[in-house]
Formats: sequence, C-alpha cells, structure tokens
Amino acid sequence: MKYAWPWELKRSGVLNMNKRNISYIGRYNPRKFYKRVDDKLITKQLALANNIAVPDLIGVVQEQHTIEEIPAMVADRTGFVIKPAKGSGGKGILVITRVEQGRYYKANGQEVTPNEIYRHVSNTLSGLFSLGGKPDVAIVEGLIEFDPIFNGVSYEGVPDIRLIVFKGFPVMGMLRCSTAASDGKANLHQGAVGVGLDIATGKSLHAVQFDVPVDKHPDTHFPLSNIQVPHWETLLHTASSAYEMCELGYLGTDMVLDKKRGPLLLELNARPGLTIQIANGKGILPRLKHVESLKGPKMSVEQRVEYAKKHFCG
Amino acid sequence: MHSRKPFYIFVFLLFVAGISASIYRGIEHKVPFLPGEQVQSWAIDAKVSFSGRNAPAEVSFSLPNDPAFDILVENATSPGYGLTITDDISRRAIWSIREARGPQSLFYRVTLVPTGKLSITTDEQPAVPQEYLWPATEKSAADQIVDEVWGRSATNLSFASQLMSLINDDNQSQNMALLLSTNTSTNLFLQMLLTKGVPARIVSGLKLEDQRRRQQLSNYVQVYQDGEWHLFDVVNNKQGRDNTLLLWEYNDGSVLDVMGATNSQVNFSMLQETRSALATSIDMLITNDALDFSLYQLPLEEQSLFKGILLIPIGVLVVVFLRVIVGIKTSGTFMPVLIAMAFIQTTLLTGLIGFLLIVAFGLMIRSWLSTLNLLLISRISAVIIVVIFIIGLFTLISSKLGLSEGMTVTFFPMIILAWTIERMSILWEEEGPKKVFVSGGGSLFVATIAYLAMSSSLVQHWVFNFLGVHLIILGLVLVMGQYTGYRLTELKRFKPLVGEK
Repeated sequence: MKYAWPWELKRSGVLNMNKRNISYIGRYNPRKFYKRVDDKLITKQLALANNIAVPDLIGVVQEQHTIEEIPAMVADRTGFVIKPAKGSGGKGILVITRVEQGRYYKANGQEVTPNEIYRHVSNTLSGLFSLGGKPDVAIVEGLIEFDPIFNGVSYEGVPDIRLIVFKGFPVMGMLRCSTAASDGKANLHQGAVGVGLDIATGKSLHAVQFDVPVDKHPDTHFPLSNIQVPHWETLLHTASSAYEMCELGYLGTDMVLDKKRGPLLLELNARPGLTIQIANGKGILPRLKHVESLKGPKMSVEQRVEYAKKHFCG
Repeated sequence: MHSRKPFYIFVFLLFVAGISASIYRGIEHKVPFLPGEQVQSWAIDAKVSFSGRNAPAEVSFSLPNDPAFDILVENATSPGYGLTITDDISRRAIWSIREARGPQSLFYRVTLVPTGKLSITTDEQPAVPQEYLWPATEKSAADQIVDEVWGRSATNLSFASQLMSLINDDNQSQNMALLLSTNTSTNLFLQMLLTKGVPARIVSGLKLEDQRRRQQLSNYVQVYQDGEWHLFDVVNNKQGRDNTLLLWEYNDGSVLDVMGATNSQVNFSMLQETRSALATSIDMLITNDALDFSLYQLPLEEQSLFKGILLIPIGVLVVVFLRVIVGIKTSGTFMPVLIAMAFIQTTLLTGLIGFLLIVAFGLMIRSWLSTLNLLLISRISAVIIVVIFIIGLFTLISSKLGLSEGMTVTFFPMIILAWTIERMSILWEEEGPKKVFVSGGGSLFVATIAYLAMSSSLVQHWVFNFLGVHLIILGLVLVMGQYTGYRLTELKRFKPLVGEK
C-alpha cells in the first residue's frame, strides 16, 4: 500500500497543509507581524534588539547601482552568503565558501564569476525570489564557520536546526543537513536530509530525505541514528524567545551552530513546512492541541522550555 | 475565533440562490437544461379574404390565445390597412380601410410553440345557459333521448360523453336519425346539452398538420365541469385534446367579423418547424420583454466575450480543487486556467504541442539572455518580444506547410508565456531540469483538466445560460477554502508516519 487512509493519518495526529494554513497559520499568525519574519533584515534587527545572536551582517545592497560594491564589501572575508531579504523556501541564497584572490567558489568547488554574482543580486533586487515578486534588497552576511561537531553530518553546507515554536513552546525539532542533491542548502524539498530531534535531549530520533526514511547520510554515509546536538538548552531558549520577538503563534525557527559564537538565529518562518513530522516519524497535531489546551498564567521562556522538555519528548 | 455560523449560512444561501435561479430559468423561461435540445414549433398563416364594395370596411379577426401554445412571433401584413390589436376579452386584430375595392387579402402569421398545458380552466362559474327551444317536430324525439341519457349519467361530463357516443352510434334509433337529418352532429350535441342546462359552447379549432394549406377551422364543443372546460370532437367522436389541436377562438366570440364587404372567408396554412430549444426560449424572452438578467440583451460581440469570461470560474474551480483537495503543484497559481483558455481556441493537441515548442524555444533564448546580465524587467520584456517572434515564426511555417492548426498558437497569452519561461528557467538554474518537468507537467496536467471541463458543451451551455451556476461555484470555492482535511497527495507523502504503528 503506497497510500495511507485519511483516518490512519488522523489517528497518528499528522498535521496537513490545509489544516496548517487554516487552523494554525491563519489563526495564530496575525498578518501585520509577517514582515518581521518575511523580511530577513527586520528579523535581524529585531533579534539584535532582543539579544538573540545572529550571523554578522556584512552589508545590504538596496540599489542596482551599488551592486558593484560587493567585492569591496567582502574583500577581507573568506566566505560570505548573499540572500534576498524577502526570499522564501531557500530560493536565491548564494553561498560562497571560499574567496581566493578575488575569485569566488561555491561549496562544491564551482567558481562563481563576479558577473554571475551581479546578475544574481540584480535578480534579487528586481524581486525574482521574493514572495509575490516585490522589489527586494540583498543581504550580504558572513559565512558561518560551522561547528566541527557536525563534520560528516552534512555535505558541503551548514546543517541547521529547525524548531517549531507554538505559542512560545518548542514543540518539535529537526536537524537539516545539506546533501549533494540539495546543493549545500538545508532545505528539505531541495533534497536535504531531515533528522528528527528529541525536544528533551536534542538527540536524533529518525531521519528522512525526500520524505523517505534513511539511516545514513546519502553522501558521507555518516550514521544519523545517534547524533547529539550540542548547546541544546540554548537552542530551545533562543527559539522560544523568538515568540516574544515576532509575536507569531505558529513559528518555524532556523538556527545554526557557529564554531565560535554558538547558536545563531538564521531566520524565522511564518509558514514552516510539514516534513518535520516525517523526520520525527510523528504527527505534530497532539502537541499543538496540548499547547492549545493549556490554561493559566502566561509562562516565561524558561518555564515554557521546561514544560516542553517534560511533555514533548520522544 | 469568530463563529463559523454566518459563513455557513452565507454559503448555504449562495447554493440555494444559485440552484433556485437555475431552476427558475429552466422551468419559467424554458431555457433547456441540455444543449442542443430541440422543440417543434408551428408556423401558421391565416389569410383573410373578402371582396370590397368601394366602401369603408372593417375586419375583426380573432387571434389565438390558447394556453397549450406560446406565441413566439406574430405579425400581420395588410398594405393600406390600419391595424389595431385589442386585448380586452379576447385577442382580436382589427383591420380597417376607408375604401376597399375588389378582392382583398389580409395576412396574419404566427409561430407557436406547444407548452403541453392542454386543459382550459376558469375561475368563473359559467351562467346557466338558456334552454334551447326545439322546433315542434323535433321536441319529443329530442326530449326522449335527452331524458333517457340524463337518467343514465351522473355528471355533466358523463352525460356529454354518453350523448356523443349515442350521436355517433352506427345503429341509430329513429329519433336520432330524425334529429340528425336536420342538424349537424355538433349542433345537435350542443342543443341537447343546453336542454338540460349543462354549460357548453361551440369553439373553433385548427387541426395542426405539417405542410397543410387552405385549411379551415373546425367546430368543437366545450363542456364545463368543476372549473374546467372539456373538449368534445363530436364529428370524430373524440373526447379531450392533444397538442396538435389549436383552439383559435373559445370565448363565445366569432372568428371573423367583416363589415362593409362580402364573401369573407379565412384560410389557414401551416408548417411544422424544428428549432433549437435555446433559440426558441430566447425569442420567447425577447417577445415577452423578460430578458432580465440574461446576457442575451448584450450586443453579440460582448456576448461572445462573456462566453469566454464565464468559463473562467469553471477553470478556477478545477484549479482550486486540484490544489486544495488533490494537492497538485503548478507553476503560477492561475496560469493553468489561462493556458486552458488558449487551448479552447487552439484545440488540445495543437495547444499542447504549440505550448511545449514555444516554451522550449523560449528557454533556449532565455538561457542566452541570462548571460547578458540584464535587469529582470527588461529581461522579461525581451522574452515577451522573443515569444512574439517565435509565435510569428511558427504561424508562418505552419501556414507555408498548409497546417491551419499551427496558426492558432497566436491565441496564447504572451505575457503569461514569457513569465512561464522566466520561472521555468530560474527553476532550471536553481533546482535542475527535473523540477522543471515536475512543475511544468503539473501545470499542463491541470491546464488539460481545466480545458476538458471548460470545453464540454454542457458546461459552456450552463455557465452562459444559467448564471446561478456561478453562485454555486462561488459557494464551492468558499467551502473548499474551509477544507482542513488531507490532500490526496499527502496520503502518500505522510504514509511513512502510519506504517510503524
């Protein structure tokens, strides 16, 4: 049987796209706060104001005629990332991992000419990658030096940690590891591997690629069954406090671990995907309903994290 | 969280309004529910002729007013005559002229559509008729028969039908033979009814037969019982009527009154026509000035425009269904609808081939444009112009090769094509050709389904003639916007989540 019956999915508490859109995003994410997450520049500023660590900002390109200032901007860097401020689904993110004598190389060793960079930024400014094709700005960020603890977990890219935060409670988490198929990006629909994480401990539970369970990384053959994500407590706190920062009830937080700076908030997502359930081998709906049923006084970040660790493990 | 109740009431009202508006249109305006339905209609010419006496003449001619037939078109031709149509007790045409000289002909032509309402009812209780006074020679014979039949009958109707069968009996009694020797059977029948105070009257009817000319009206008798006038055809010994009998006059009036002329007579010729039921109902609405809320009152050009526009809700419905319930991904939300609209012009196969060719060529050119490092807006503009070149080229080539199908590619919306090419090309660069085929294939699949739905003649008939359908579609789209269940594709996607338990 390749198909599941709807009631089987319902029994397993699987959240689907339509229900997510109507009952969670539509109900808990007020439209007026969207720009706080849809515009990564605003997210960054809000995060800095709330003492949440983020990757360092090299510069912002807002006008077509300033595009050519990029090489000067990144002159003393070993790598950088250009991303559209209003991009979605990982579109339009250009990662340069190596800069040698004014030449730029992607993680897979492929050279990127300055012209290609200019075109990419020009497209970004024209709104090619933004939601609804609106004019955009390009953010140039420092490359994250990823924690060597993840060596082998990820291929040519930074693994990031996605936590779904519902009304401030971290309810489900996963580690997203880039693969050859995902071109160094950690987006699951582009072929990254998703590893479900135990909210209580930060240990891996289950892994998938392209919605199909796997137990080893497809490129590095690293076993994915026994990973322990470091700084787990900080990650939970960062994610949970993002709720106060952007006031969106149903939120996806993407974080990375930097070698020197520890967990950094990469971006927030008001429409987090559903594959996290497959990565965890578990439907998210019971946990969401649990949080919805909670009554009593408002909890602090610490209380929420403690509560989540107690109730949403395994 | 607001209450969902007003929403559901609103959607329910939309459905009710949509369905009842459609049913009203079908029943009351007789717009056929199926396309291509046909009805029979009758074209009847009445020719009134008389000889003038070089004096003023006035002709009063009764016009049909039979509930069994709807008048589609009627007109009267009468050069030199003044014409008024009165509508007080019965409908009559009155022709008048100051001086009628020699033989005169007046024409009245009417097209009738059978309605199937064969009974003639009345709210008024007719007055008890004056008793017929029999001549002394016939009185005893008549009384004998009437009393005998009266004794054997229960109601007006049974009395009348027994009388009729007696009149038409082959083994007639002497009494009956005597009465029939001086009276026509129809008159005798009427007189006998009146003797017992049964309300009855002579009416004039026209037997409708295809391609008959120089026909006359025949007399029939109507007998009243319980609010309804029942028809008796005494000559043919038949009770009741069918839809080939037109009652021309049944209000105790005369069919033709001519003043100031002689030798007046009226002849009928008739022709049966088969018409499209839709055209008939439209003509009927125009005649009755009842074109409210119909697109048929628009000029033809706007009508044909609307025929296309009103298909869009169907395409949109298909897209909403395939995205929300099935979960197919398309590139551009409503791009498939516009492609499907183009397919309607080009036909499906030509459309698909043309679309693929144009997009393939466009992608090639676009990949060259991408090396030029242009601003997005000018690159899209360049692609639009190139798409126009490609379309022009294909049209020219297919015209040279004598392929008329190829020329229909001009119907493709060029801006949409240009954007499709741009999106696909980005998708190709970002995620590889596989994604392009998946998303492009999804779009084409949705476009094909939308095309199949939109090109069905039943659908086209409904969306244009029953505007209530659009309210139903609106309701459906709103309801689907509330659907929180699993999409069909999600049943497969989330399958790993149930396998373990």
